[in-house]
Amino acid sequence: MLEVDSLKFYYNREQVIIKDISFSLHEHDILCLLGPNGTGKTTLLRCLLALNKPIAGNIFIDGVNITKTKSSKMAKYLAYVPQASSMAFPYEAEEIVLMGRIAHLSLGASPTKKDRDICCEAMECLGISHLRSKLFNKMSGGERQMVLVARAMAQQARILVMDEPTANLDYSNQVKILQIINQLSEEGYSILMTSHFPDHAFLACNRVMLMRDGVIMACGTPDKVVTSDSLSNLYQTHVCVTEATLYPDDTRTKVCIPVMRKKILKENN
Amino acid sequence: MDKVSVFKNTNIKSKNGFLLKVVILFALLVCLFFLSFFIGRYDISLKTLIDIFASNFIHIEQYWEDTLAMVIEEVRFPRIMLAILIGGALSVSGASYQTLFKNPMVSPDILGVSAGAGFGAALAMINGANWVGIQGSAFVFGLAAVIIAFTIAQVFGGRSFTVLILGGIVVGSFFGALLSIIKTVADTENELPAITFWLMGSLSRGDNDDVLIMLPALIISLALLFLFRHHINALSAGEDVAQTLGVNVTLVKIVIVSSSTLMTVVSVAVCGIIGWIGLVIPHFARMLVGASYSKIAVVSFLMGGFFLLCIDNIIRGVQGVDIPLGVLTALIGTPVFALLLTKLKRGWN
Repeated sequence: MLEVDSLKFYYNREQVIIKDISFSLHEHDILCLLGPNGTGKTTLLRCLLALNKPIAGNIFIDGVNITKTKSSKMAKYLAYVPQASSMAFPYEAEEIVLMGRIAHLSLGASPTKKDRDICCEAMECLGISHLRSKLFNKMSGGERQMVLVARAMAQQARILVMDEPTANLDYSNQVKILQIINQLSEEGYSILMTSHFPDHAFLACNRVMLMRDGVIMACGTPDKVVTSDSLSNLYQTHVCVTEATLYPDDTRTKVCIPVMRKKILKENN
Repeated sequence: MDKVSVFKNTNIKSKNGFLLKVVILFALLVCLFFLSFFIGRYDISLKTLIDIFASNFIHIEQYWEDTLAMVIEEVRFPRIMLAILIGGALSVSGASYQTLFKNPMVSPDILGVSAGAGFGAALAMINGANWVGIQGSAFVFGLAAVIIAFTIAQVFGGRSFTVLILGGIVVGSFFGALLSIIKTVADTENELPAITFWLMGSLSRGDNDDVLIMLPALIISLALLFLFRHHINALSAGEDVAQTLGVNVTLVKIVIVSSSTLMTVVSVAVCGIIGWIGLVIPHFARMLVGASYSKIAVVSFLMGGFFLLCIDNIIRGVQGVDIPLGVLTALIGTPVFALLLTKLKRGWN
């Protein structure tokens, strides 16, 4: 569906942020992009969303080159779920979800009943109908994230790009979001998400991409790609990937645990 | 199934709630519009008022003095119209800029339009220009200020909105400095008081020609903003998010800046600088109908018109002293705003 071919991007020539990145995203895929801070993950997402203009390389969706497509058309291919921050003004949840329909409105037209129904459906599907008239800024982080996912669904694009969807969420909300991501992929969405939790790759994703210093270091299934060696190398700190048995069903899953051993603060003598 | 149907019912209800509020505000404005004709030195009855207006369209035997007809049609009518149009225009520009910059502290003169217009007017005054010349000069320099600010932002800031605001502030203080120079060289007998008075705003010199200039500028600007209302609304989620939602951010930015500037610069040219309204009326509107741009634009216009007309009526009612408009808007508006803030706690965060 989405194909990225030797993408390159920099703000200034001396500091190339993305050096020759190629990958593809298929239908039903949940691709998790892992990498340390400041390595270009967000910049890569911005390039895909046409917020940054690539210096070289092409992006194809269904075989069509979209590097020069208008934003109104792009919005029908790719929906973006940003990290949940607060709004400057007291918007209600429903008003935020309705913003997802803009790409489908002709100039000057108001959202029709059909547009409103699509938004209702998206909120219904995520189980947040009861929040529709609640003020976005008065919601918890988990609720806000749900509203933003609902907006992306209302946009009716087949590819969802999520920037750290589980950041700043507690365990129950993390699990909720990951389950929703799973269900969305079953319904035919392709999902590209960044994360700082390698564990989430095992929990929800079928493919993982490790990115460091503007290049892809590895790409493949979580079992193959996420190993003690690769993660330690990726984050430049010791990470152990081990297996755990989950009670009470005795299912086994892999977990990633960072190992603390070095003293960082120097002692004063 | 129940859930869905409940959902849709509330949907309709909240929409009607907005319509009801707009209808009430509109009715209030219309009432105040007619009431305003009775304020002033010449007393007039309701029947005479209606007959004077009707005589423009149908034949009615004239039983009133010519002066009375002139006062109503040439003095009170334009002044009342201008109060509504300018109050509305400033409020809608304020609402648009606040949504564009995602910043509740922004007012229509954020890009330097008032400072430029103030300088233009003062420059014309010390050169002995007539009233039309003063208005024209205010218009040209107000427009120039915004164009300079916008160019600075495009050249140095690219897409950054922060640089646009900074550009506006810089240009504003530049024209502020020029204005200070003019004030120091202006003759203190006539010119300086005239400049000072102009800077505080007044509708006392408004005439029907001003209404005729104001109307097309307002209609064009409001029509543009109406066309792009949902795109403008999305900008409050941030320019990047707005673009991923399908908004042509650069185009919408130009639409907002040019429409708001046109409305503000014409208002300022007609009546001088009136602060406060463009900053605060959008907040009144948000307290009433929430944050959605298409709603606050409509409500801001009605409330802004209503508010400025109230203020100007007080000025006309207090005979003898000509209190500057800009002074009274802030004097009366601030306590009202503070009171409302404590009553309705529809917070920003």
